[in-house]
Amino acid sequence: MFFDFETMRPVTQVFMFLLAGLSIASIISWVMTKVNKQKDYTELKQRINSWWIMIGIFGLALLMGPLVTVLLFAMLSFIALKEYFSMTPTRLVDRRVLFWAYLTIPLQYYWIATGWYGMFIIFIPVYAFLFIPFRMVLAGETKNYLRAVGNIHWGLMLTVFTLSHLAYLVMLPSEGEYQSLTMSGDGAALLLYLVMLTQLNDVAQYVWGKLMGTTPIAPTISPNKTREGLIGGVVTTGILAMILAGLLTPMIWWQGLLVGLGIGIAGFIGDVSLSAIKRDIGIKDSGQLIPGHGGILDRLDSLTFTAPLFFHVMRYFYF
Amino acid sequence: MKYINYVLRWLFFAVIIKPVVKIIIGLRYQNEPILPKGGPAILIANHNSHLDTMVLISLLPLKILHKVQPVAAADYFLKNRFMSWFALNIIGILPIERQGKDKSVNPIEQCAKALDSGKILIFFPEGSRGLPEQMTDLKYGVVKLAERCPKVPIYPIYMHGLGKTLPKGDALFVPFFCDVVFSEPMTYEANSKNFYENVKSRFNDLQDSVKLPKWDE
Repeated sequence: MFFDFETMRPVTQVFMFLLAGLSIASIISWVMTKVNKQKDYTELKQRINSWWIMIGIFGLALLMGPLVTVLLFAMLSFIALKEYFSMTPTRLVDRRVLFWAYLTIPLQYYWIATGWYGMFIIFIPVYAFLFIPFRMVLAGETKNYLRAVGNIHWGLMLTVFTLSHLAYLVMLPSEGEYQSLTMSGDGAALLLYLVMLTQLNDVAQYVWGKLMGTTPIAPTISPNKTREGLIGGVVTTGILAMILAGLLTPMIWWQGLLVGLGIGIAGFIGDVSLSAIKRDIGIKDSGQLIPGHGGILDRLDSLTFTAPLFFHVMRYFYF
Repeated sequence: MKYINYVLRWLFFAVIIKPVVKIIIGLRYQNEPILPKGGPAILIANHNSHLDTMVLISLLPLKILHKVQPVAAADYFLKNRFMSWFALNIIGILPIERQGKDKSVNPIEQCAKALDSGKILIFFPEGSRGLPEQMTDLKYGVVKLAERCPKVPIYPIYMHGLGKTLPKGDALFVPFFCDVVFSEPMTYEANSKNFYENVKSRFNDLQDSVKLPKWDE
């Protein structure tokens, strides 16, 4: 039978829960608009609709296998880097440098698709980081040189290097003995585990903050973030991570709890660090690509910190 | 031959330009699009890049592509045979003689004739492409054209980012998002001086609404 829940892959099972949860959210928002006609729920509706699309694309990519997933994240990196360059100050003289910066994306994802771990892990922080200032020196313009180097480096770090760890997660179990150690999952499961927890952590921190947030935690950067929201979100994420660990990862429950708490904290830092960039530039959202959410960086900001950290914890302890 | 060019033009925009504009560059509408549904109409926009024309044409649905004509300088675009075939038939420009060249043809009359036959003209009031991401002073051509065709709606559109993606004098394409701001259509008012100032202030407002960096020093 098609809907035989017991025999489904864990990824599919968790995905079913996710779709069910989203359906409930859609129904609740629909009821809310019917009950309270005065209030404007446009943004909430936009957000939920965007979640459907994002989860749909993500789910489809996971279903179609590692190569499609790698291509999806390459595309996301491209859009994110374009968004980053469009909002930060860049110099006319560096146009050729920016072109090279874009070229790192196909290369970085090529290393991933071929499973070349050694190159994947040093390509951006060694080769790209050395090549970019070299190419800028060739252009010969020293005014704002340091700021420009820093700007491009941090852009590559945020949008290419960290995000590409998500794609490499799908490749992970192909190396090492993961498959034989446990029957409970595959690379897609690890990716789903991380992305789902990071995004739910964002939502949980927002909801806890709305419900009982009083003490601002980073007033100069993100005035709406509160200590209560952070703690509530981190605990929620920890508990969810603990429940899902056995299903999607090689971890046991208390390891899942620790990793979940880590994801909660790292996600918060990623979120705030992008907020700091936006505040520095003087804009609210990084773009309007995703209705109700802002730009693509606004959605991926937490993942820029959780992805590499989660990846290395997994790699160090389990592979 | 005419129909082959027709098909080629359609294919050029449907298969190459629209995907490049929407996926590689990426458009971000800063407000709800305000665009003509048919002709006659004039789109006026700031001019920083050859891509400006491509983006403006991409904003309009393909089914009215045959009505769209960017107004462009004959001496620049009709330089050689291939370029002039491409400009006239694929981009579909309305070639005009720049002032002082040939006094026998009046460029304003050429535009008016096209508008009479229901065309949608793309017009860059600054004349040629300005410095990357900077607006130069508007020329009086737009006022004269509006005065000649006072009933035709004029849609001011401001684009940010294309002067970064493909600035004047550079052939390397480096993608940046293109932010587009739309404005309510204008029609000619009795006084030409006032109209000129109105167009200018409209563009100033549009420009101010984009809070993104221009080129750094």
